[in-house]
Amino acid sequence: MSHVRLLIGTRKGAFILTSDGSRRTWSISEPHFPGWEIYHLKGSPADPDHIYASQTSGWFGQQIQSSQDGGLTWSPVNNQFLYAGSPGVHQSHDGTAQPWQFKRIWHLEPSLHDPDSVLAGAEDAGLFQTSDGGLHWTEISGLRASESGPLWQPGAGGLCLHTILLHPTDPERIVIAISAAGAFRTDDAGKTWKPINKGLVSQYLPDPTAEIGHCVHHIAMHPQRPNTLFMQKHWDVMRSDDAGDHWTKISGNLPTDFGFVIDVHAHQPETIYVVPIKSDSEHFPLDGRLQVFRSRSGGNEWEPLTTGLPQQHCYVNVLRDAMAVDTLEECGIYFGTTGGQVYCSSDGGDSWNAITHDLPPVLSVEAQTLP
Amino acid sequence: MMGIGGVETTGCSHNIRVDLPLHLRRLAALPDQRHDLILEVPVPVTIASILDTLELRFPMLRGAIRDHVTHQRRPFLRYFACAEDWSHRHVDTPLPEAVLTGQEPLIILGAIAGGC
Repeated sequence: MSHVRLLIGTRKGAFILTSDGSRRTWSISEPHFPGWEIYHLKGSPADPDHIYASQTSGWFGQQIQSSQDGGLTWSPVNNQFLYAGSPGVHQSHDGTAQPWQFKRIWHLEPSLHDPDSVLAGAEDAGLFQTSDGGLHWTEISGLRASESGPLWQPGAGGLCLHTILLHPTDPERIVIAISAAGAFRTDDAGKTWKPINKGLVSQYLPDPTAEIGHCVHHIAMHPQRPNTLFMQKHWDVMRSDDAGDHWTKISGNLPTDFGFVIDVHAHQPETIYVVPIKSDSEHFPLDGRLQVFRSRSGGNEWEPLTTGLPQQHCYVNVLRDAMAVDTLEECGIYFGTTGGQVYCSSDGGDSWNAITHDLPPVLSVEAQTLP
Repeated sequence: MMGIGGVETTGCSHNIRVDLPLHLRRLAALPDQRHDLILEVPVPVTIASILDTLELRFPMLRGAIRDHVTHQRRPFLRYFACAEDWSHRHVDTPLPEAVLTGQEPLIILGAIAGGC
């Protein structure tokens, strides 16, 4: 019988949650790397027991950990992330020049085919790669060296490259997103990149339709439809059907379209999920009610999903990498909150159960469906 | 020649006691219990030569105490020896005799810096 393994990154360590396919009872590991911020963990699609973790600390800097046994044991790999060439400058919040400086890895994206190949999204925004399981990291410098690089400015969370989407069949196509520069795509395996932000409107920009400067929070893609991208922007939920060349707003009847996470049902490419957050000034659910919204029509028409979720006095946030889906026949949806809850729906979102209430603030959730 | 606490010294190196914070002990796969790590450090014994030796023996600590390239101390870490803060002294300054003889450790300390 299939089972599910959840990889949970939190402010104070990593946790591994496992269940059989019923997803009714869960085992929760002891904390891995206790006391460290674990921004993200992800397993190789080619070898799910080969898992990478981004471990970081304001005191001790960045570590990358690798496990070959599904997270039972870990070994640190190389943690040196050097920007290629002379790093140059980007813009600070106030528009002044700021030297590029590595701070941490936000997101790890293992190759679809090779467990030793991984992309890593950094703050300050850069894309790094390893092809030897993390023994060496090199920058894919074409991104930061693109024409707009010196104009990028950080969002409130830093100038972070937080989203990496791999095309399922075209290894030369990669989509990434940076707060607050926007979305970018390469069609030549990283040599050149172009901004893909047409159709985004951000009222906080001097030019609301500028080519760059948009605070993209997250992008999701269904592997069967890699040209269709769904974006949760700072404000606005967006959709593109041409791999990001053009975007249209699909916020529709959402009560607020600010938020961080967005994800796609494993078997229904037009069924998408968001967790609306009240505003960029108040990072908690509207009216203290935690609601996931589902659209079965690829956007615009949304329904609230509340069964099993707290409907009063709830003031948590759900961060950008903290939602995931499994691929069991009845698709499971998972998300973690800054209050330390991890919720599971084993019926596509109709109802929810808290797997745990008491983890540290959740930074990321990944789901692995295992035989 | 034997220093205090069984710390040996030779003419061209000293066995130096180093006190690491918990997170770095765990990263280096050392026991949680606070204890001195003993490193054979070539003379002259300085903070730089101790860190060179430490990182050679425990490569996973590279970048965790000082920058990979510039070797600048990470901002929330401090170096103490003989009850004095050595964080702002030049890292090539010879350490006191009490450190060389093993009477005192070099303490690498994480700042008590709030956070959440």
